[in-house]
Amino acid sequence: MEKRVVFKEDHCKSCELCISVCPKKIIRLRTELNRLGYHPAYVSDEDQEKCISCALCARMCPDAVIQVWRP
Amino acid sequence: MIPVYTRPKSLTDVVTHYCPGCPHGIAHRLVAETIDELGIQERTVGVASVGCSVFSYNYFDVDFQQAAHGRAPAVATGIKRVNPECIVFTYQGDGDLASIGMAEIVHAAVRGENITVIFINNAIYGMTGGQMAPTTLVGQKTTTSPFGRDPSTQGYPVKISELLSTIKGAHYVARFSLHNPANIQRAKQGIKKAFQNQIEGKGFSLVELLSTCSTNWGMTPQNALKWLEENMIPEYPLGEFKTGEGE
Repeated sequence: MEKRVVFKEDHCKSCELCISVCPKKIIRLRTELNRLGYHPAYVSDEDQEKCISCALCARMCPDAVIQVWRP
Repeated sequence: MIPVYTRPKSLTDVVTHYCPGCPHGIAHRLVAETIDELGIQERTVGVASVGCSVFSYNYFDVDFQQAAHGRAPAVATGIKRVNPECIVFTYQGDGDLASIGMAEIVHAAVRGENITVIFINNAIYGMTGGQMAPTTLVGQKTTTSPFGRDPSTQGYPVKISELLSTIKGAHYVARFSLHNPANIQRAKQGIKKAFQNQIEGKGFSLVELLSTCSTNWGMTPQNALKWLEENMIPEYPLGEFKTGEGE
């Protein structure tokens, strides 16, 4: 399945602003660290289906980590 | 799949040095999106200020010049006058523009220089460690006002947009906030208007963006945005203060 929301996890600083604006509450933080030492945000493969491609997360992200597509 | 939101071309593919949740990144993205949409990447010249945004030349994929503290509007004046075909913008914080750079910004507006100024107001000096800025709110605690800003000794916050809107040479002066996606979208439209004005040769445009400094305010990024909404917006009302010469 093609992903609707893709995170550039190496650039994420886990500020959680995307989590605070997501209307579907499907964004989570990984337990693993990225190369910057933060827990990057992600949307699991199961939750990709629930994404409505509103792109609020991408508009809020200060690090331009998020790219959004719609079917 | 149809793209809804992709990374702007005018941003370089590097990790910024900004703290987690810093709205500088949002402002950078909005400026880069505007440059992309107007198709002016090849002829845009940015002027970086001193402060956290000093490294913005690493993050925009356009030509850049670094100015001395507060002097970005003066440097931009020179660049624009020598190369009138270039689109020149400055990117300045409140410690840079509202204190040491006050003379330069006021006189750039008085002369009606055809430049665009992006002014980030987060009510504190970020890079140097959270000292009181001219824009610090009354009662706000900083490292140099540990009991809160006291107007009897430290005066009142300076309102740049209101101040510059009284100047006849300024064409467009507006204030927006970056605390939620709706306001970010409005800010984007304001930034686009400010660049459009320059392309059309209308003159001096300044966009003030209310921002946060979660590190020096001592808050999480979400709480800092909430604090901005509850405390800064009543003091710094949003809106377009001037949208035309001599109005």
